[in-house]
Amino acid sequence: MQNMKNKYSIFSLIKNAFSYHENWQRAWRDPEPKKEYDAIIIGGGGHGLATAFYLAKKHNMTNIAVVEKGWIGGGNTGRNTTIIRSNYLWDASAGLYDHALKIWEGLSQELNYNVMFSQRGVMNLAHNLQDVRDLKRRTHANRLNGIDAVWLNTEEVKKFCPIINTSPDIRYPVLGGTLQKRAGTARHDAVAWGYARGADAMGVDIIQNCEVKGIKRNGNRVEGIETTRGFIKAKKIGVVAAGHSSVIANMVDLKLPLESKPLQALVSEPVKPIIDTVVMSNAVHAYVSQSDKGELVIGAGTDAYVSYTQRGSHDVVEGTLKAILELYPIFSRMKMLRQWGGIVDICPDASPIISKTHIKGLYFNCGWGTGGFKATPGSGDLFAHTIANDEPHKLNADFNINRFVSGDLVDEHGAAAVAH
Amino acid sequence: MFLINCPYCGERDQSEFTAGGEAHIVRPKQPTELSDNQWAEFLFMRKNIKGVQFERWNHTHGCRKWFNMVRDTSNDKIYAVYKMGEKPPIK
Repeated sequence: MQNMKNKYSIFSLIKNAFSYHENWQRAWRDPEPKKEYDAIIIGGGGHGLATAFYLAKKHNMTNIAVVEKGWIGGGNTGRNTTIIRSNYLWDASAGLYDHALKIWEGLSQELNYNVMFSQRGVMNLAHNLQDVRDLKRRTHANRLNGIDAVWLNTEEVKKFCPIINTSPDIRYPVLGGTLQKRAGTARHDAVAWGYARGADAMGVDIIQNCEVKGIKRNGNRVEGIETTRGFIKAKKIGVVAAGHSSVIANMVDLKLPLESKPLQALVSEPVKPIIDTVVMSNAVHAYVSQSDKGELVIGAGTDAYVSYTQRGSHDVVEGTLKAILELYPIFSRMKMLRQWGGIVDICPDASPIISKTHIKGLYFNCGWGTGGFKATPGSGDLFAHTIANDEPHKLNADFNINRFVSGDLVDEHGAAAVAH
Repeated sequence: MFLINCPYCGERDQSEFTAGGEAHIVRPKQPTELSDNQWAEFLFMRKNIKGVQFERWNHTHGCRKWFNMVRDTSNDKIYAVYKMGEKPPIK
């Protein structure tokens, strides 16, 4: 990466300033698909691009391609609320998400691309006695796993984020909260662009506007993919198609334990800095942060039915905004600017799958549900390991597809630290 | 967000209803004889179709009755609504 021809630096910035920034090179090529690759990644979102990046960087697999139906940054990578944290209860989840957080901490340097990673902290609020017990327990579990976590009482919550209404008179009063200081946010589409650029520089072909129409099998082994841009041969195929994972799986008559649902988010008009952290509330299902542009970034819930329409229902947004207004009366005059939906694939245990399948050469990385963005670097790293070695890394061994047969679920309905 | 024509109450807003997932998954007659794979298939594995799907719904905030529905999950268009126990009116 350091030998990259067009390394971004203060010098390249100054040099390009002289030509009015009109001569910046393309961040990645737009190649024609080759006839054959050693491996193909289906899905050019953050997780797929990170997988390709680490396959090339750590496993010397550079004759690979990422095929993407749309364009880079147009899917869920550009639709999430950019929250990053690793304060999970169970050891398996804690290991997975903290692995990702550790990579986040050096990612801008690793990619030579500013992903605007900001460790502004994530605070999770407790609104009833059970919340208090659960969150205190989680704080202890986090510490045992080496993950930073502190418990804050109501006064400390108010001090950390003064605009929260901590009055005891509200319907769900704030009884305290947890804080992970290493957590925060990142610029979501920059993550996809940075990984795309880094993978491309190592020879990975990123093929956009290329939809997969079928997977060719020979017995119990994959041979390649049929796409809108022709047949492409490959012995290994990694599927990272988020909400459309089942669509790909159905091409090989593989059933996955997934349901795809619209998840919504919305942003307000931009205002001056008012909230310098991320606040999430489990019980009332509201989370909010402020982007560097000044917009409030608000996450709503999923619709409770299968749908592939990228919009979502009005009553879901309404419920979220009610909760936001009770916690932050100061936002009552804010105008919401944009609302959108992304299709998320949810497992019965709300934990992801990073796994081999019974079909040789076919791997799935899916089921991230409502909380996949935070895991992007770790997910890519572990999926690359799984594909390259045909064996899971110890950190994703528990997230195999067979757990739905053995019953050894990773039962952590906390993908977004909100109730599901 | 759409309207659902409840077979008992008529057309109501979708927010009155609860989705119960894929329809016509029959509970095994001899649960004790099932292998782990068959249990996983019954409990967890879903077609999760993008397109026309057969599914169960409950009119939670209305008559509280279960019924079946045929809906295109790619555009939320509803093709048929039919009562429990009835055969799907379309294939």
